[in-house]
Amino acid sequence: MKNPLDSLQQTVVLGFVLTVVMVLLIHAIV
Amino acid sequence: MQELVTSTWWIFCFRWLHIMSGIMWIGHLWYFNFVQTPSMPKIPQEQKPAITKFIAPAALFWFRWGAMATIVTGLILAGWSGFLWGAITLGIGEHNSHDTTIGFGMWLGTIMWFNVWVLIWPNQKKVLGIVSAQPDEVKRAARVAGLASRVNTMLSIPMLYAMAGATHFSF
Repeated sequence: MKNPLDSLQQTVVLGFVLTVVMVLLIHAIV
Repeated sequence: MQELVTSTWWIFCFRWLHIMSGIMWIGHLWYFNFVQTPSMPKIPQEQKPAITKFIAPAALFWFRWGAMATIVTGLILAGWSGFLWGAITLGIGEHNSHDTTIGFGMWLGTIMWFNVWVLIWPNQKKVLGIVSAQPDEVKRAARVAGLASRVNTMLSIPMLYAMAGATHFSF
């Protein structure tokens, strides 16, 4: 399987996905 | 004049320096990932040294020292403002959305700073020939530096959300 970080587009998409995960975690903590 | 130079002014000053050095850092990170790396295969062989010998070393200088200035001014700012410990502990148990949000940003930024100084810069020195290395070592160094740079590009997106959101988009 190809590493998604080899693709700039997939890197950016993963960044946005991580943002959503982070916001959910912040919401859970607060 | 005395009323101007208050702790509020110093906190503002460090926030201003923190934002400027942060842009210096992430601006170069995005230049590497969005411009330089995708362009390298398209550049004719005889023109590549313009990038590897001149542009990349200069960009890497401002990139890594921008990262250093960002973390130093950020830690001073957080300490002076009184939320350093609250942010490090992610505001758990405090019900303080600012500390939780900025804490995520600070941890992501710290991981990114580590990647710059421990993974990207030492390996880029081998790739650019600043330190000598065997061809297979150069190949491995390019892979590690490239992946660490991509990880930082990915992390920069939630990191910037947390930095701006702590004040401007809190829960």
